[in-house]
Amino acid sequence: MRHGKYPFIIGFLVVPLALYLVFVVGAYLQMFQLSLTDWSGFGGFNYVGFDNFVKLWDDPVVWTALRHNLFLLILLPLVTIALALFFAFLLNVGGKSTGGGTRGVWGSKVYRIIFFFPQLLALAIVGVIFGRVFGSDRSGMINGLFPESWTPWLFLADERWALTCILAVLIWQAVGFYVVLFSAGMGSIPEEIYEAAALDGATKITLFFRITLPLLWSTLQVAWVYLGIAAFDAFALVNIMSVNQGGPNNSTQVLSMQIYLNAFKFSQAGYASALGVVLFFLTLTFAALTLRVTRRDAVDA
Amino acid sequence: MSAITNSELDRRTLLRRAAAVGLVAAPGVSFLSACAGGSDAPSTPQATGDKSADNPLGIDAKAGVEIVIFDGGLGTKYATDVDTPMFNKKWPDAKVTYSATQQVATTIKPRLNSGSAPDMINNSGADIMDFGAIVKAGQAADLSDLFAAPSLDIPGKTVAETLVPGAVQQGTYDGKPFAVNYSFTVFGLWYNKKLFDKNSWTIPTTWADFTALLDKIKAAGITPFGFAGANASYYMVRAIMTSAAKIGTEQVLKDIDNLKPGAWTNDAVLKAAQAWGEVGTKYIDKSFLGLKHTEVQLQQDQDKLAFYPCGSWLENEQAASTPAGFEYAMMAFPSVTTADQLPAAAINAAAGEIYFAAAKSKNPQGGKEYLRTMLSKAAALEFTKLTKSLTVVAGAADGLTISPGLTSANDALSKAGKDIFMGYLFDTWYKKLDDASREAANQLMFKGGDAKKFCDTMEAASQAVAKDSAVTKFTRS
Repeated sequence: MRHGKYPFIIGFLVVPLALYLVFVVGAYLQMFQLSLTDWSGFGGFNYVGFDNFVKLWDDPVVWTALRHNLFLLILLPLVTIALALFFAFLLNVGGKSTGGGTRGVWGSKVYRIIFFFPQLLALAIVGVIFGRVFGSDRSGMINGLFPESWTPWLFLADERWALTCILAVLIWQAVGFYVVLFSAGMGSIPEEIYEAAALDGATKITLFFRITLPLLWSTLQVAWVYLGIAAFDAFALVNIMSVNQGGPNNSTQVLSMQIYLNAFKFSQAGYASALGVVLFFLTLTFAALTLRVTRRDAVDA
Repeated sequence: MSAITNSELDRRTLLRRAAAVGLVAAPGVSFLSACAGGSDAPSTPQATGDKSADNPLGIDAKAGVEIVIFDGGLGTKYATDVDTPMFNKKWPDAKVTYSATQQVATTIKPRLNSGSAPDMINNSGADIMDFGAIVKAGQAADLSDLFAAPSLDIPGKTVAETLVPGAVQQGTYDGKPFAVNYSFTVFGLWYNKKLFDKNSWTIPTTWADFTALLDKIKAAGITPFGFAGANASYYMVRAIMTSAAKIGTEQVLKDIDNLKPGAWTNDAVLKAAQAWGEVGTKYIDKSFLGLKHTEVQLQQDQDKLAFYPCGSWLENEQAASTPAGFEYAMMAFPSVTTADQLPAAAINAAAGEIYFAAAKSKNPQGGKEYLRTMLSKAAALEFTKLTKSLTVVAGAADGLTISPGLTSANDALSKAGKDIFMGYLFDTWYKKLDDASREAANQLMFKGGDAKKFCDTMEAASQAVAKDSAVTKFTRS
């Protein structure tokens, strides 16, 4: 029995592992290789050393894109987690307490489903729908709400607000998932703790900050990393929603868009791979830093 | 430690490991390389036959030909119902394998790189492949023999001699032709003839008359001029470039294409940008910056917009949304100054829609023969009937009663006479410069009309491309 165990396990692992090695690890290795070449995307290439990296250091658009990624990196996790925590708290412990037990606000089960809905829509569809919501003339959903004399808001066509519009959609799409994630985390916090605190006269706010938040810490940490990675991406929405793919005037340009444009439009696959390498290390550094900085001893429940 | 915190820790460990191997990081990048590595693919044995008067390209009469057609505005019927049957009439044993796609680069690029390319490819649409890069990589077959071959149904002429002037030149890279630009597009300002007749607005030829008319239109509560900033600002680039060519002849555009220093800060470009920038500040609807071409074109069909700069495909594209009271007509861009070197009737008309034979396919000669079939007068006539687009085969559509819009474009062509110019190629040669010009046109037209800024931005972008050794350069004369 014992000696039959390994072939059995290996038999299960070999297919997914092979797929992973070929399509993920292999692709990454090739990206590292290509980042040192002048490959256009067609035919052969020459090795050019670190020229691509020098070039991207001097490329102002790359820095603009990085600044926008940073903007998303700070605001997307912050706002999403704050909103999701707020909603999750209301759904789980925000309601009137009866007989010592905690429960959510009235109708919380329905709300939970509604909040999760955006998660079920493909990002491309979300992009198209919100493209209409943010329409820059009177046919846009928001501008259409106002009377005829209204000068339409430009939304995505306004350099100052375009990226904020995209951020809003990213948040709208993400909140539902984290409400469910945090709800699950809150559900596993033993009720006795809430009861004990409530007996001591703790208010809802105290309950939230003194009990819910510390006990959810590691869930929050994971959420933060996931959202950070989403902020480094943001490609689909920028590609679908923005004016002129990253415009106007590069005001919605992000690193992933730059990779796409260089690889598939400007025929500079080598340069795009170099950008990919940069993005890879940025994402990795971010994930490692977040886990390191936010490390705390888990509160033992 | 309780079970809850335990599971949380596990999730964290898992995440960290996942991040370490890049499972969650930058998912967009990994598919990039899916098509790399085929650079040294062994060359496929290629089918050939003996050359003869009947078979000038020397194709193998029994070898199959694989073609890929872009399924877009022109449809695919011209290939399936016209070209393929005509090809098979002459070569009954050569099986034509046909497929259509909207994702040209996605489906074709990996096949080019792996050395198993289709024989004839229609490179078009939003997912178009950078054709300059294809030529540089040696993936496109030299079409010199095709253009030198006798025409299929115009006796005594070579294929090249049956085409409109500039048609071969437009697919020529460093002296060799690599592409057939099949459809022939006339560019100008499009309007609703019935609306203009009703208001007795006359078609202006000078800039003063033009702006006076724009004022009248504005007073009538209609947006005088517009284009779609979100995805079609290259129509505006063409308007500015056409005006610049009228002021200073096509040489202005040749200098731009050749990345000549100072080409964009040329006085002609500056004057054209000034004139259009003023139109932008006074007569455009600012919300158009956020709209797509379909939305703006629909507004024109609803008579909310008077003038729209576009090519002669517009009428066919809008066929489904054009109401009964709407009749497309086209005018040449008016003269900008009184000292313009080209007349007001001068027009930019260019061959477009790239078809090419792949160099590393099983049967490139067969692909070329298919192109020769498309370039016959009979096939060209059917193409125009089916797609309402003219072709580069000169005079193929003469005598055909076409739609009002196309008739008006045809009239503009005959009025222009010898002053038809091909325009510019930098947008296909240097995609990065193309992107920069779209953005600069948006800035000029929607953000205050600073003509000097337009010229300086484009000059800087052009010189950046000139200095970039990773970009293959082309020249024209």
